[in-house]
Amino acid sequence: MSDIPSELRYTKTHEWVRLMDDGNLEIGITDHAQSLMGDMVYVELPEVGAVVVGGDDCAVVESVKAASDVYAPVSGEIVEVNEELADAPETLNQHPYTDGWMFRIRAAGEGELDELLDADGYLEAIEAEE
Amino acid sequence: MNQHTALYESHVAAGARMVAFGGWMMPLHYGSQVQEHHAVRRRAGMFDVSHMTRVDLRGAGARPFLRRLVANNVDKLTERGKALYTCMLNDQGGVLDDLIVYFLDEDWFRLVVNAATRDKDLAWINDAAAAFADVEVGPRPELAMIAVQGPEARARSAAALGDGIREAAGELPPFHAVTVGEYFVSTTGYTGEDGFEIILPAARAAATWQALLQSGVAPCGLGARDTLRLEAGMNLYGADMDEQTTPLESGLGWTVAWEPAARDFIGRGALERLRAQGVTRRLVGLVLEDRGVLRGHQTVICSGGAGEITSGSYSPTLERSIALARVPAAVRAGDSCQVEVRGRSLAARVVKYPFVRHGRSCLAQDQAE
Repeated sequence: MSDIPSELRYTKTHEWVRLMDDGNLEIGITDHAQSLMGDMVYVELPEVGAVVVGGDDCAVVESVKAASDVYAPVSGEIVEVNEELADAPETLNQHPYTDGWMFRIRAAGEGELDELLDADGYLEAIEAEE
Repeated sequence: MNQHTALYESHVAAGARMVAFGGWMMPLHYGSQVQEHHAVRRRAGMFDVSHMTRVDLRGAGARPFLRRLVANNVDKLTERGKALYTCMLNDQGGVLDDLIVYFLDEDWFRLVVNAATRDKDLAWINDAAAAFADVEVGPRPELAMIAVQGPEARARSAAALGDGIREAAGELPPFHAVTVGEYFVSTTGYTGEDGFEIILPAARAAATWQALLQSGVAPCGLGARDTLRLEAGMNLYGADMDEQTTPLESGLGWTVAWEPAARDFIGRGALERLRAQGVTRRLVGLVLEDRGVLRGHQTVICSGGAGEITSGSYSPTLERSIALARVPAAVRAGDSCQVEVRGRSLAARVVKYPFVRHGRSCLAQDQAE
């Protein structure tokens, strides 16, 4: 069974979202997603300063097996990206919820975060997929 | 409904992620396909290849029939146990399948063909055999098949399966087979490493798999099998060649036996016309110089025109992306090209393949380092 921390929010497209102390949102891909993809070998991150719209693709992860888009869970501005992933994409497999964070967004508004799935909702979503 | 091999329960018990492949449920990986890849390059790994189709040809007509059926010449098989890699062509010279022919006796040859092409191949072989006297086509679904590959494959197989294997197959040269009790052991494979492919009764498969596991052979899935064969520069049927492409356009010209000119194999006329006109496309290796991953069907732009990637992936051994691509025939090793990857144009270099053999890079730049 994949790990779904209860303090995070989720999307049906397998991103997780953490509300940070400074109010920004940290985003990565879930344990379920990394497990499905297999060994990660390449990560393409957005540019810092880019303005993204919730639901748009803004990053790419590639495993040995396949490429997959990563979507912005909410609208806002990219304020930071995890440069470490370029040389260590396997971090997405090893620590998807901590060192494997991909980018941080300053949300344009406040409502969008509440519309995301909680852990139970995400568990239901992945069970429905199987 | 996908079929299960005799090792299905062994895979599930080992935690494999099972996927449908060619009508079978097969292991994709047992946790990490990259670790499995490295196990084969550095030590020993094993693959369940029972889904592949084994067909025995029996009778005095088997050899004359094979002279007609396949593009390579079975008269190269003079020594019992010798194996031959070949394509089976249609009348247009397109590749129906690639296969290995084993010469067991003057009235007994064994073919191992792909899983996904089974029904098509058997129909074709039976049709073609009708014109020959004294040849019987017999599929062998009651046999299983395990590939043990890697620098330690022979030693670990002998440790697991007994001294009979060590004595009969310990020093067997590449592309030979020998029967040891209930095992049919051949020095063939799809990884670019030393090792065995073992054909055995399906009822013995699970116990044999377990014995190999206990002697330290790592179970490996289809994921690692694909990256290993790509590094080894071995074609994948349906990706690098199919019925619409000939061996001459697929890096397999070396498997077509033109001599003797009188041998009228199926597809010969079409291949001779193509050779006389000049082949316009050929298969080359690519190494990606930018970051990213090459994948099948991506467009390649060369100075001589556009081509297409037929197989691409990440190479765990070389730690960069590699591919096979069908490009205009004028393209040469060393040329630069651009590959369209997800809306970006990435730089790649044309290279001679294989990319990796016996655990080592074959790339000129790595040799020089």
